[in-house]
Amino acid sequence: MRVDIKGFTKPLVESLVAIVIGILVGAIILAFSGYSPAEAYIALFNGALGSKYGLAMTLSSATPIILTALTFGIGARTGLFNIGGEGTVYFGAIMAIILTNLWGNVLMGLFGGILAGMAWMAIPAILKVLRGVNEVVSTIMLNWMAYFIALYIVLQKIPNPEDPNKTLAVPVSARFPIIMKGTELSWAFAISVIAALITYYILWHTELGYELRVSGYNERAARYGGINPKKAIIWSFLLGGIMSGLAGATEVMGRPPSYAISQGMANIYGYGFDGIGVSLVGRNHPLGIIFSGIFFGMLRAGATSMQIEAGVPLEMVKVVQGVIVVTIAIPGLLDLLKKVVRR
Amino acid sequence: MIEAVISTLIGALTAMVPLVLTSVGATVSERAGVVNIGYEGIILMSAFFGAIFAEITGNPWIGLIGGAFVGMLLGMLHGFITVYLKGDHVIPGIGVNLLALGVVAFGITAYWGTAGQHQVPTNVRVAPIINTPYGSLSPMVLITIAIAILTHWVLFRTPLGLRIRAVGENPEAADALGINVERYRFLATVYGAMLAGLGGAFMSVDWLGTVTKQLSAGRGFIALANMVFSGWNPLRALLGGFIFGFFDNLSVWVRTNPEIQRIVPWQFVATLPYLVTLIIVAGIIGKVRPPKADGKPYKRE
Repeated sequence: MRVDIKGFTKPLVESLVAIVIGILVGAIILAFSGYSPAEAYIALFNGALGSKYGLAMTLSSATPIILTALTFGIGARTGLFNIGGEGTVYFGAIMAIILTNLWGNVLMGLFGGILAGMAWMAIPAILKVLRGVNEVVSTIMLNWMAYFIALYIVLQKIPNPEDPNKTLAVPVSARFPIIMKGTELSWAFAISVIAALITYYILWHTELGYELRVSGYNERAARYGGINPKKAIIWSFLLGGIMSGLAGATEVMGRPPSYAISQGMANIYGYGFDGIGVSLVGRNHPLGIIFSGIFFGMLRAGATSMQIEAGVPLEMVKVVQGVIVVTIAIPGLLDLLKKVVRR
Repeated sequence: MIEAVISTLIGALTAMVPLVLTSVGATVSERAGVVNIGYEGIILMSAFFGAIFAEITGNPWIGLIGGAFVGMLLGMLHGFITVYLKGDHVIPGIGVNLLALGVVAFGITAYWGTAGQHQVPTNVRVAPIINTPYGSLSPMVLITIAIAILTHWVLFRTPLGLRIRAVGENPEAADALGINVERYRFLATVYGAMLAGLGGAFMSVDWLGTVTKQLSAGRGFIALANMVFSGWNPLRALLGGFIFGFFDNLSVWVRTNPEIQRIVPWQFVATLPYLVTLIIVAGIIGKVRPPKADGKPYKRE
């Protein structure tokens, strides 16, 4: 297998530049809000990278967002803006809890995540194929519906009789083993990486993947080449659904201490949105997504130390994420920077 | 009975404001050929900054103008990327939406020191012009209706409107006639984002009187759906906004009504605005036609 180094360099540099700009703009906002940027970033990077514990937290935080990023990435490679990862995560987590409580093993949990993910993502797929509904609008509407429906299920259908603040927990027999004792890092992380590698294999080394990418690149050309774009759309949504469904499942099966969904779904909320940023920074490429997922996982892991040690609200890292994505959206970023520097 | 009708009417008219403003703004932007899916984030950030402007100055109207101003700035960012740098129209919007989630969640804690939610004091909220025992009507409702009608008139009855529609329908021809395609597209984008910003500030300094990190709650996208529903027509967007506003208001109302909650869980009613949006969008696709060059960057040959 030949790897095209030159083709990788430019997007890589662009992503790195966007990250640097995100961190710089974040520093300005921190200073403007009366915090010390240096203190905040030192606490953040130290917390995420300065110890074995921090590194483990970085990887465990990367686990769900690599998976939700694959949802967006697969969509983007097929010419779709699939924003529906967020809602799919909820149902993946719920189904994993239900199935593992019926049959207490890891495979049933993963199966539950996959099943729920495919079922929920089938809705925007059908709306798109049959009615031509724009997937951005449909997936956002479905995210909000998912939020309220999941909230209902969490509160009313699978509450924990011993602890009103969370749902039933995944039984011990269906939990991922912890890799490093005393941390939140479990073998669920391996599921994320494997899912990214499988996605890469499917997209670039199978007939189906070829069809998905061609119809994403140019629908008319795809049709001319005998590829049915509707089939590509359906597969793109279903594969994407599997990834976000798995994100929800692995989160409740592999993240101590609760192994359940907390009140108001606070512990599974927001992964879908974060995944979009991860995917864009990873250039919607499964292998890029692994690395950018670890980077965003680092931000998430370091955010807590930043809050404790520098007193900065942990949402600050989401500001940095937002700036990074806006920067990524600027075309010809490098040429633009060169022009500015030359002046 | 009459009370219920009046209160429903007022509720729908109020809930309609951010939806109609955003839909009308988005209509102008897309008529000129620029797609923006960042209205959700614009509404959220304008609600946040609008409340700050209102509290600093003690004047809710400055809060509204401040919100519109924040919308303008975000519109300029979008216009710069899409019109002048010929970038993708969807990704900057995703970026703005993600940015808003961070800025507002961070800002509420950093600025007010409360986690997740801030109540805007009553004295810096817009005073209603009509008070009934069943609810009160904000002057913003009338302003919104006026903006929709005025925008419609400009878009379809003036040379300016013709030029806006020309750059979104056939930029090559418009360019050949000496119309500055980029400038019209840029200004239309800024106008659209400004109206969304006004709608966002309305939510915090008028209607709900609160700032939360989930305040926009999908309204930026419901407004886009309403724009499609209206066939890119501001007057029909006004009507559509009223229908969407009705369901929006209904779900807010049911959440505070224990008797109905005993029959239907509030979470199910809360899904209504989104479900209705999906059904309407699925029902009308194919019957409306977007502007021909909508979302396509224009590069001079």
